[in-house]
Order: sequence, then C-alpha cells, then structure tokens
Amino acid sequence: MSKSLLVISRQAPWSGPSAREALDIVLAGGAFDLPIGVLFMDDGVFQLAPHQDAKAVQQKDLSANLQALGLFGIDDVFACSHSLGERGLTQPANAQSLDSEAIAKMIDRYDQVMTL
Amino acid sequence: MKFAIAVFSAAHAPSSRRALLFAQAALAGGHEIVRLFFYQDGVYGASNNIVAPQDEQDIARQWRELVNVHQLDGVVCIAAALRRGVLNAEEATRYQRSAANLDAPWALSGLGQLHDAAQAADRLICFGGP
Repeated sequence: MSKSLLVISRQAPWSGPSAREALDIVLAGGAFDLPIGVLFMDDGVFQLAPHQDAKAVQQKDLSANLQALGLFGIDDVFACSHSLGERGLTQPANAQSLDSEAIAKMIDRYDQVMTL
Repeated sequence: MKFAIAVFSAAHAPSSRRALLFAQAALAGGHEIVRLFFYQDGVYGASNNIVAPQDEQDIARQWRELVNVHQLDGVVCIAAALRRGVLNAEEATRYQRSAANLDAPWALSGLGQLHDAAQAADRLICFGGP
C-alpha cells in the first residue's frame, strides 16, 4: 500500500515560487495516484483567498493549479482556521478548515509530512 | 533504515549543512539513503559554480563528495533548477545558454523522483522548509 503524504503549504502565493512549488508536489503525487493531502497554513492560506488579481503584480495565476487538485483526485484540501482568522479571511470555498486540535490529529493520520 | 532526504535550502543555509551532517551520520550508522532530492533553493547546492571563501565550509563540494563516495542517487528537480539557472550541458544546449553548472554525480529529473523515493523509504526527512 502506498504511503500517504501531507504537504503543508505555508507561503503566500506572491512571495516567490514556494507556493507554486508546494502545489507542484501535491499535483505530481496526484498524477501518480498517491494518497496525498494539502494543508494551507500561516501565510499559505492567502493562496485560498478569492478574487486575486495576479496580473496586478505581474505574476501567473495560481488558482488554476488549485482548481486542478480535484482533477488530480486530491480531495483532502485543508486550511488552518487559526491562520485564516489571524489574516481576516473567511472560510474558503475550496478547502475544509480545521482547528489546531483537528490538524494535530490529521497530521498523525499521515505517514509522511512535508512543510514548504 | 531507509531514508529519503529532501533539501529545500541553498548550500549556504544552515539547514543544508544539517542535512549533510544527517546524511553522513545515517550512512555511518549503517543506514541506507535511497535518494537525495534537491528542490526549491536546494538546487543551488548542486551547482558547480559555488565558490566558498577559504575559511568557510564548502557545503556544495561536500555534498558532491558524499554522493560520489557512497554512490548515492542525487537528483535535482529539473523545473526548480531551470528556474534558478542550474543547468546541465543538455539543458544549456536546449535553452541556448552559454554555461552549464551541473554535472555528475547529480541528475536532473522530475518530482516523480521525490514521490518514488518517499514511497521506497522508511522515513522521508526534509531540510530547509520555511
């Protein structure tokens, strides 16, 4: 049986390639049909904010990559509710928000965890 | 035990040195390293063009020696490397760049190699996250 992997994405979408590269790991795992989940935490929750205008900062939009998660069979998409609250963001439409206790339990369920 | 080691930080970062020490200790302890995978700024650690000051450790050279001596599988993510100007001769030719700064023992490959290593290993150890 394949080992499960949780990728914790902690970087804002426009702070360099880190957010995109974290998502690339998740999508690659999905392409190989691996059991993989992604948790957006700290500034990573900014990736889930609606109505982003990538062109205004001369960047490429990350939302297409986020939408691809479902196409790649990745249903375990989570957001840290504490991080969302700290940044004044509401519950995102495209991720299940979890409190710290639920996150701790979830991390326990995965065989491997990677933080980017 | 079988380890997969992922490095996300540049050679001059403390976490790259910790990763190197971990890899050396794992091998010295009789463990196996199924693959080293350099991703994000970790790709800089595979560059041939790093010149460390004489009174500082040359971590990139030490990585190269470790891979050579132990015949490790040292893989550098190709997408992350191209973005950061770390190219082997083949990629330099493909993109018409004047210089290549990556060669053996390092290999450029895709993220599938990271997943493959994580699946094959008992433990995936990452260095240099945020």
